[in-house]
Amino acid sequence: MTTATPAVTAPRRGRPGAALPFVRQTLAGLRVLLVLTVVLGVLYPLAVTGVAQVLLPWQANGSLVAADGSYLEQADGPTPAIGSALLGQRFDGDEWFRSRPSAAGDGWDATASGGSNLGPESQDLLADVELRRAEVSRADGVAPGEVPADALTASASGLDPHISPAYARLQVARVAAARGLDESAVAGLVDSLVEGRDLGFLGEPRVNVLRLNLALQTMAP
Amino acid sequence: MNEITAAVVQIGLVVLLLVLVHRPLGDYMARVFTSRRHLAVERAGYRVMRVDPDAEQRWSSYLLSLLGFGAASILVLYGLARTQHLLPLSLGVSPMDPAGAWNTAVSFVTNTNWQSYSGETEAGHLLQMAGLAVQNFVSAATGLAVAVALVRGFARSGTDGRVGNFWADLVRAVVRVLLPAAAVAALLLVALGVVQNLGGHVEVTSLAGGTTVMPGGPVASQEAIKELGTNGGGFFNANSAHPFENPTPLSNVVEIFLLLVIPFSLPRTFGRMVGDLRQGRAVAAAMAVLWVSAVGLLTWAELAAPGAVPTAAGAAMEGKEVRFGEAASALFAASTTGTSTGAVNAMHDSLTAPGGGVALVNMLLGEVAPGGVGAGLYGFLVLAVLTVFLAGLMVGRTPELLGKKIGRHEITLVALYILTMPALVLVGAGLAIALPAGQAGIQEGGPHGLSEVLYAFTSAANNNGSAFAGLTVATPFYDTALGLVMLLGRFVPIALVLALAGRLASQGTVPAGEGTLPTHRPIFVGLLVAVTVVVVGLTFIPVLALGPIAEALA
Repeated sequence: MTTATPAVTAPRRGRPGAALPFVRQTLAGLRVLLVLTVVLGVLYPLAVTGVAQVLLPWQANGSLVAADGSYLEQADGPTPAIGSALLGQRFDGDEWFRSRPSAAGDGWDATASGGSNLGPESQDLLADVELRRAEVSRADGVAPGEVPADALTASASGLDPHISPAYARLQVARVAAARGLDESAVAGLVDSLVEGRDLGFLGEPRVNVLRLNLALQTMAP
Repeated sequence: MNEITAAVVQIGLVVLLLVLVHRPLGDYMARVFTSRRHLAVERAGYRVMRVDPDAEQRWSSYLLSLLGFGAASILVLYGLARTQHLLPLSLGVSPMDPAGAWNTAVSFVTNTNWQSYSGETEAGHLLQMAGLAVQNFVSAATGLAVAVALVRGFARSGTDGRVGNFWADLVRAVVRVLLPAAAVAALLLVALGVVQNLGGHVEVTSLAGGTTVMPGGPVASQEAIKELGTNGGGFFNANSAHPFENPTPLSNVVEIFLLLVIPFSLPRTFGRMVGDLRQGRAVAAAMAVLWVSAVGLLTWAELAAPGAVPTAAGAAMEGKEVRFGEAASALFAASTTGTSTGAVNAMHDSLTAPGGGVALVNMLLGEVAPGGVGAGLYGFLVLAVLTVFLAGLMVGRTPELLGKKIGRHEITLVALYILTMPALVLVGAGLAIALPAGQAGIQEGGPHGLSEVLYAFTSAANNNGSAFAGLTVATPFYDTALGLVMLLGRFVPIALVLALAGRLASQGTVPAGEGTLPTHRPIFVGLLVAVTVVVVGLTFIPVLALGPIAEALA
């Protein structure tokens, strides 16, 4: 505790800049950073990737699903993937359950994830909300006041894979009519796919739109 | 279970996990930073690095090593960002422009992780892995080193200002604390759905017939240290709101726990190292009071959903994910702004006015509730020094903390520390709203526009990194100005803390007498919290009144 040796090995004579303590410490910093970069920037991520690819290949590669609902470990394998169970997609048309509004790029663009970033008093956002309310109310034939909040607002990621159970139930009549299905059968399908809170108290109840539409497709292609 | 009960139980789970883990982890970290033995792998590393891990450094050479390491880090990261298109796994990205590369380099070296770039299109895998993720580790380790050096200042006496060895503290923080914890956390996150591969964007045909892109990358390994090291820089633009970074409510709680666990364990390390566990408990209690208040207020604000848009929509769901909802988003927002992490699972620009205000005040407190890795503890100890000084003035006795006299020299350092952050925030935000280049980035006029600018400079000066992202910051003006603010906001306080540590370590220890203010009792905890809040209040109320308060009252 009382020795006064410098913490950096004395440089060999003649090295440029070695006389300046700060330059000497920066050079030491470069050496330390180099070693740590090999460990933390190369070995660590590669080791985690290796273990993840062996033990948890489905999750590690993006929770991909095929058109028949089966799980895929690669997007460009023999069976084509139709998306990820974790990422929201665009669903237009009356025959699909729709996702929430998305502010990612032109909508659901996974190369431009993000939200609207509009504030709680924004007039632009207020106009968007009223536009979406009118659209949902018209498409689903419900009173404007019944449209739930998640159908009126853009998500944080723009890739929200879920909608609220209320928004899913609200769409049942339209989807059933468009596909010529019995309304109660579609309602039952929605109910069977409602996920509760994790462990009973984490997060919120929700319905995965891609899974719902996949199940629907299997029911009435 | 209704919404409010679920919210309370969710907060309770995080508290329970922290209560269970902070003791063993805090004790373990105390052993790590007091042990005289090196691991074999560390010894090999020191030989390659050609540094002497056994030399006790005076505070000034400790600081010089730290600054040298910081300078080397900024140089290397700047170089990587400017040349990333030439590196392997670059996915065809362009090099960052000089202002953007400077901003990004400073941002990650200072543990801020402010991002003026969009992760999925502007950062190649190698820059993310070997540049950004490495700084996620070492900037957190640097914070730990400074905190430990200050604690040694309290624990030692009669040295000539020797506070440890920076290189040994840095390497041990990485090898014995951050790396093993991050590896376990990364695999846990993969199990919950976070991606971990070396692939790029793959186009697939979506169910309804359009094309959609599946992004890839080594996300989980970066996500783990992003939270654990209170860094916050997302692999993707949407950060922890992106389903590939934070897929479920369960992964959300894991991430919140990760970002809180080291800051809440360090008071225990402090108590252990100064030989009085009660002192550590008092600091942890004060941190907990502030954090719980912030969580409570933010949760209330988001569930009550005041404001024009939340009222129209029926709930404050703009910029939030359905799987998290209001409560899990509020818990994350309060924790990320209280810890200098800056990761977000909801877009803070779209929080309700009181909710966004709480997030802002949480950062303005100086990131001490419970603060960043290391930075929270040293920030709080500085506030504790100020508190005993004020208490000493009230009763007319020489103030002392843990047997160290707080004299003119010590309090000068503390005063400079306290003044640095507000000066950076207010001068920076003032310049930005006065200059055309600053005004150009504002998305919304009026009070919300001021809140956006104030939030940006607060986030930078406190090394938080979260944003009211409506502000357009990828401009030379904001890149340069915020880069400077991040740099000064990190290294000026560190220099002052290390000077204080050296000063304390060179003092003798005076035995506690009748006039000594006990610093482990609830009354001191209350005083400490009050001082923290009052200092911030007096500094920032004028600008808060013009921004979020005006907005909330509108």
